[in-house]
Amino acid sequence: MLVSLFITCYNDTLFPETGRSVVRVLERLGHTVEFRPEQTCCGQMHWNTGYLQEAIPILRHFVEVYRDAETIVVPSSSCVSMMRDHYLKAAEMAQDASLRADVEALLPRIYEFTEFLVKKLGVEDVGAAFPHKVTLHTSCHSQRSLHLGDIPIRLLKQVRGLQLLKLESSQECCGFGGTFSIKNADVSSAMLADKVRCVLNTEAEVCTAVDNSCLMHLFGSLHRQRTFVRTAHIAEILASTAGERA
Amino acid sequence: MKPTPSSHWQDRDFPAAAREVLEDSQTRSNVRHATNVIQAKRDAVTGELPDWEPLRDAGAAIRAHSLAHLDYYLVQFEQACTRAGGQVHWARDAAEANQIILGLIQRHHVDEVLKIKTMTSEEVGLNPYLEANGIRAHETDLAELIVQLGKDKPSHFVVPALHKNRMQVREIFQREMHLPELGERPEDLAAAARSYLREKFFRLKVAVSGANFLIAENGAVCIVESEGNGRMCLTLPDVLISLVGIEKVLPRFRDLEVFLQTLPRSATGERMNPYNSIWTGVQQGDGPQEFHVVLLDNRRSPILGDAESRQTLQCIRCGACLNACPVYHQTGGHAYESVYAGPIGAILTPQLHSMEEGRSLPYASSLCGACYEVCPVKINIPEVLIHLRGKVVEEDQKTLSGRFGMWNLGMQTAAFLFASASRLSLAQSLGRVAQKLVVNKEGMIEHLPLLLSGWTQTRDLRPLPEQSFREWWAERTLQTDAARTDSGAGGQATGRGSSHGE
Amino acid sequence: MESNFGARNAILGAIRSALGETQSAERIAAEYAALPRGYKRHGTLPEQERLRLFQHRLEEYGAGVRRVASDAIGDGIRDEIAGRLAARGCKRLVIPYGLPKGWLPAGFDFEPYGGNGETGVSLGPTALNRMDGVLTGCTVAIAETGSIVLQSGEQQGARALTLAPDYHLCVVFAEQVVETVPESFARLDATSCLPTTFVSGPSATADIEMTRIKGVHGPRFLDVLLVG
Repeated sequence: MLVSLFITCYNDTLFPETGRSVVRVLERLGHTVEFRPEQTCCGQMHWNTGYLQEAIPILRHFVEVYRDAETIVVPSSSCVSMMRDHYLKAAEMAQDASLRADVEALLPRIYEFTEFLVKKLGVEDVGAAFPHKVTLHTSCHSQRSLHLGDIPIRLLKQVRGLQLLKLESSQECCGFGGTFSIKNADVSSAMLADKVRCVLNTEAEVCTAVDNSCLMHLFGSLHRQRTFVRTAHIAEILASTAGERA
Repeated sequence: MKPTPSSHWQDRDFPAAAREVLEDSQTRSNVRHATNVIQAKRDAVTGELPDWEPLRDAGAAIRAHSLAHLDYYLVQFEQACTRAGGQVHWARDAAEANQIILGLIQRHHVDEVLKIKTMTSEEVGLNPYLEANGIRAHETDLAELIVQLGKDKPSHFVVPALHKNRMQVREIFQREMHLPELGERPEDLAAAARSYLREKFFRLKVAVSGANFLIAENGAVCIVESEGNGRMCLTLPDVLISLVGIEKVLPRFRDLEVFLQTLPRSATGERMNPYNSIWTGVQQGDGPQEFHVVLLDNRRSPILGDAESRQTLQCIRCGACLNACPVYHQTGGHAYESVYAGPIGAILTPQLHSMEEGRSLPYASSLCGACYEVCPVKINIPEVLIHLRGKVVEEDQKTLSGRFGMWNLGMQTAAFLFASASRLSLAQSLGRVAQKLVVNKEGMIEHLPLLLSGWTQTRDLRPLPEQSFREWWAERTLQTDAARTDSGAGGQATGRGSSHGE
Repeated sequence: MESNFGARNAILGAIRSALGETQSAERIAAEYAALPRGYKRHGTLPEQERLRLFQHRLEEYGAGVRRVASDAIGDGIRDEIAGRLAARGCKRLVIPYGLPKGWLPAGFDFEPYGGNGETGVSLGPTALNRMDGVLTGCTVAIAETGSIVLQSGEQQGARALTLAPDYHLCVVFAEQVVETVPESFARLDATSCLPTTFVSGPSATADIEMTRIKGVHGPRFLDVLLVG
């Protein structure tokens, strides 16, 4: 299958290793990956901060880049939720019927990375090995918008050597929330402190998630507190094999 | 003489008010305990119903339908209630509601009235208004009594004193009820409230209430409660005045079969709360023989005209979104500085002030969606929050300071960069150079300037890596193509570059 | 009556202009009829299970429940009532004026309330407060939520009756117990204009540290005699 990778702006800029891992997993499963270099951003930061008019050209650009793509895979549930929950409304706001039609046609072809593996490909064992204690942070958009349920857990359970540790209060937000973490830095930090306490209680070596946005947030505090817990996007774990670590 | 009625208490914005609460570890632990308990109970009793989702769907549809035809149903209610011996009054705003209620009370020459917990009366500032006019209103709900005697503000609209623990309540009761020997068990405290209020229930002639629901078809009013203080006020006095927001109307009596399932389970995590009272007008030989309903608009009607945020008025005030909200868990209700706290308060308060007050409230959310997930009438609170953020930004951009403020400049710059990939890659390269100013010896960012300083208060940031993903991809494509050319395999490089699986 | 027409018309006008055009009553009724009602509207439990569920729910609220076999109607109810009242130490009780005389055991004072002068007296709240308890029937009861529903009338009396005394003994017949909340509304619909009270256990509060404590202002003690 030809898979178009939408890497997302912050993975592109800050977490290229996640993108490399997605490519490695998909190729290992026998698929062809393409990267459309014109891609930029899904528009979520602007939209969620209330810059609705400014978000429209950004998402219009996304739609133009991917209009003819067969299958689009995105290693971020947060960006996929932006598309599924808000693109139609944005098109309506722009009073642009052709944009609306394009969005309607495009949405069913967009998948979050783990959703793509399990729901579209029907694969749970991707041949990964990762001999570490891992805990999973269930990001808000993955559970409440995409309803991924136990999909990430099913994938992690098939990873050789991986010991999955349960995270207490895993339903509760880590406090990132995009610009919320800056506009309401104190509340965001208090939420983060609770989340980090739960992560440390698991005694995991690695905290993973399907979103690097939450992980960047968690990492910020884990590192500030000089703990030894690492953060890694789930793609990086799934890309690791007995011989190679992502 | 009369205080300005406002459901928004101060001009302090949410981040500033929240900062103060975050310092108060006692309040935070009280809030945390209460929300944890209530939420676990709520999850259990909603989870046991196989038809919970259909109940939410029906609740949402009934409320949306009622709002879409609100004029029709209000007139129907008015006619039915009047036929049954009730008197219906209309109040455009808080001042008008207060005047109507004061006038009704004064007709009976009393200087004390009973009150059942009603957030609507908090919204219009009824108690201070009556006080200023020589009338003492006695709150009878236990939590409201705690708040009133403690000269405090409610922090939750189902459990208004949830920020106080038993020791704090005891202190207030000891002082205000003159009971130095009072024990600290919740039973002792409830018993103290019982004897403090009992004499008042039997003596006072006028009561003021709110209402949970109005029924259009027969003019009935429904009040949902636990302690029996509501029943006392609804049945023993000679005169009852109910102050009700215009949005509270339901078409038919039988619609309660939905809300009397979803409201108690969402609000207190009980299958049914101890008492629900439903009455129509005046009943001879049973209850008050004079009954008034004051229908309050107070800027609700303009909300109906906004297709995106009309759903705000579907709210049945269960408080489930407060208990589920991770922001509320940290701050409790006072940080919202508003009668209506939590996620629903964050969307309702600014709209009740035509977006002129409470403008920081739509930002008091990480948009995690927990509120929408538990809402028994499916108000998509995150969606409305974003819609209202849009209005705040739009208004801001009309002012010079807003247009040249850091947020707007930052967002405009980002939008400019995201408009094309070449701009984005240029920014990535520039960022790698510029960050040298903030990266420390360990290769980490611990301090950021200006807007971004909030991040580094408590969080480190990894610097931009040497190579972006797009640069890695371009390099790899070059290598692959070169390898193909070398091996003479004849690459089928697409302009976009694609890689084949092994 | 000095209804404020200015405000009324202003509010209705504001609503209409916000909503756009007003629909016809027929259109509104049709739209109402089409609202989704996918929730459970009928119970599925056999009678004895339904009654057991009702009993269980009441006991969870801290109410006392006594079962009386249906073949013992008459003496059985009267004897059970006598037993409960003795156990609760009640001597003087208020009763709705229309309560069946056959329920009332000897050795207790029953004060009928309401109706006209011949059938009962009207007591002020303070007098009601001095009574040891109140004995009533009910209109319908709900198993799933452990609720009894009272409607103002001959067997359940005015609302103050079941409020001021500290003890409430309620007689519920098996055929009055429905499984679900919607079934209770189907039965209440015809008399929906009567003052109606849903009682689910003794009065309670959870306002202090979310601890449910029995007994604040309403009756602190509730017993149910479940007949059948």
